[in-house]
Amino acid sequence: MHRMRVIPARAGAVLLLAAAAATTPAAASRPSDAAMAERLEACAACHGEAGRSSSERYFPSIAGKPAGYLESQLHNFRDGRRRHTIMEAMLALMSDEYLADIAAYYARQEPKWTPPASAWPAEALARGRTLVEEGDAAKDLPSCASCHGESLKGVAPFIPSLLGVRPEYLSAQLGAWRSGARKAEPPDCMAEIAQRLGPQDIGAVTAWIASLPYPADHRPQPSLPHDLPLECGGVR
Amino acid sequence: MSLRGIAAAAGAVVCLGAVLWLARPEIQEWLDDSLASPGAAREAAAAGSATAAGSATDSPDATGAGGATGAGSATDRAETAGDAIAAGEYLARAGNCIGCHTRRGGAEYAGGRAISTPFGNVYSTNLTPEPETGLGAWSADDFWRAMRYGKSKDGRRLYPAFPYTSYTLISRDDSDAIFAFLKSLDPVRSARVEPDLRFPYGTKLALLVWRALYFEPRRFEPQPDRSAAWNRGAYLTEGLGHCGACHSPRGPLGGREADASYAGGNLPTVGSMEGPMEGWTAPPLRPGEPLSARDTDDLAALLKSGVSARRAVTGPMAEVVFHSLQHLRDDDIRAIVGYIASLPPLPREAAGAGTRVPARAGENLRVAGASVYAEHCADCHGRRGEGEAYVYPALAGNGQVTSASPANALRSILFGGFPPTTEANPRPHGMPPYSHQLSDYDIAAVLTFIRGAWGNDAAAVSPVDVSRR
Repeated sequence: MHRMRVIPARAGAVLLLAAAAATTPAAASRPSDAAMAERLEACAACHGEAGRSSSERYFPSIAGKPAGYLESQLHNFRDGRRRHTIMEAMLALMSDEYLADIAAYYARQEPKWTPPASAWPAEALARGRTLVEEGDAAKDLPSCASCHGESLKGVAPFIPSLLGVRPEYLSAQLGAWRSGARKAEPPDCMAEIAQRLGPQDIGAVTAWIASLPYPADHRPQPSLPHDLPLECGGVR
Repeated sequence: MSLRGIAAAAGAVVCLGAVLWLARPEIQEWLDDSLASPGAAREAAAAGSATAAGSATDSPDATGAGGATGAGSATDRAETAGDAIAAGEYLARAGNCIGCHTRRGGAEYAGGRAISTPFGNVYSTNLTPEPETGLGAWSADDFWRAMRYGKSKDGRRLYPAFPYTSYTLISRDDSDAIFAFLKSLDPVRSARVEPDLRFPYGTKLALLVWRALYFEPRRFEPQPDRSAAWNRGAYLTEGLGHCGACHSPRGPLGGREADASYAGGNLPTVGSMEGPMEGWTAPPLRPGEPLSARDTDDLAALLKSGVSARRAVTGPMAEVVFHSLQHLRDDDIRAIVGYIASLPPLPREAAGAGTRVPARAGENLRVAGASVYAEHCADCHGRRGEGEAYVYPALAGNGQVTSASPANALRSILFGGFPPTTEANPRPHGMPPYSHQLSDYDIAAVLTFIRGAWGNDAAAVSPVDVSRR
């Protein structure tokens, strides 16, 4: 594992100076990406260097996800709306400011993702494609694309891309929303969607999304051309 | 009646007699409470006029220790209501009230956090001034009675998870200031959660007996032959800080062993969540040998910022730094450190209770551990375990590494973690979790290696103890 190293004496001196000047806001000047990477080695252990998780692993890739979305998730883990033992313990004693810095750092990173090979039944793919692109009026389900963007790359700064995570992760999140194990700020639109979807459709949506190629231009789109079909507490 | 029956009845009478005899001061007090309602009118104190309490004469406790505790009292005398609230907020920080009385993600001081004990769970109460579920209907006298005597407004005895065995030392002035601060909070509705204790620990009799054994209302007695700073440190450490709640060993009934103060304690159930936060040990505070100026500087930095030249706080202590100690003035931090440095030294720890590792197996672990260390640890902690000041803790000479119980170091390796964010260290460096990267054998090996390298001299750790965590 290669890391940028700060000269020890210098790091200590910077901190001492920061402590001495703690009354001034200068103490909070933003560290470089290399300095942030060094601070966040603990995150790299699962999410990969610069948040680029390998698609061989379950942990989601977080590089390049919208900053507002990442920040919300950090708050959700810290404050008990999302459950993951290690994430909760890592974040328990972090200030809002540090969480914002961490989210901004990962949002700035370039993602790199090779979708894992997968094979899905044709009927699941067909149903999944319909749900993702058109939704299902009979079940009062808006399409995934109506919030996550036409190419599912997400919308800055609060709505995440649906690409670049393993299908197991995606279906686990929808299942967790359905069971109440994962929550977002109220009104929790995704909890509502997951309820309406049901297990069968969760599988179908996951299959279709997993079959899509990862785009060369991965950046979330800057805005949506219409209002959200549901009210979402996480989108401010 | 058979002879056996008579013997059994006599045995029961003797047992009951013994229990009642043990609990007699508590029972006397309970009778007194039932016959006369306590507390003369001292409502004025609640409005922030801390001096009113000083002039009350109905109780010898009213004069308290405030006058001897240095920095706090001089400002209290010249206060406005705002100053009293600010003083109270500071004292509430020193007592880390927020740590227990805030549910994760919940409103500050609104309670509801589960405090797990070996006897079951109790739930912290709502300290906001909400009239029905909080302290809205309480007076300063009621609050004082809770702090000093461990009793609720209705006379109910409180479970000692609320550390009134320490808070009993708090001065009336300080109690009033904390109360004035709590009254200034926004009222939040948050209903009391009934404790969930195993029989017989939840019974009134159990509480009476426990209190008879382990609790006595006390006053802080300043030592005239010690400096004001030492006395301030003693007051904060023994009283508000309730450091002994974790750092002193507890007997089988959860009472503190008075003759072993600050000899360290196990926290089998303490923590903010299940899993990684459980099973820490609180290290002894009494130094094995006198602390040098470098040692006390290091400790002061650690308590204030969460990191120091040689160390970083982890586990439940990181919570204490985050919620409480980082907010204290430097003179109070120094006072606490000075008091701790003055505690009588402790004999060297006895060997731990873990699985004994045969010498040959220990040697194999050490050899394997050296390569695990080089690959995964040396980058941050240094090739000689020297760490990096204020960034990565040193492992050479680190008491958390060499303690008889390897529990804390093991938890750090398994689950990683960050020191708390503090004003002096707003963006701490984190330790990666290794529970899913290294085998139990490799974790035992690397821990065995660091416990025996660079002058460290602690016993090997068995892979069995790693997998048993």
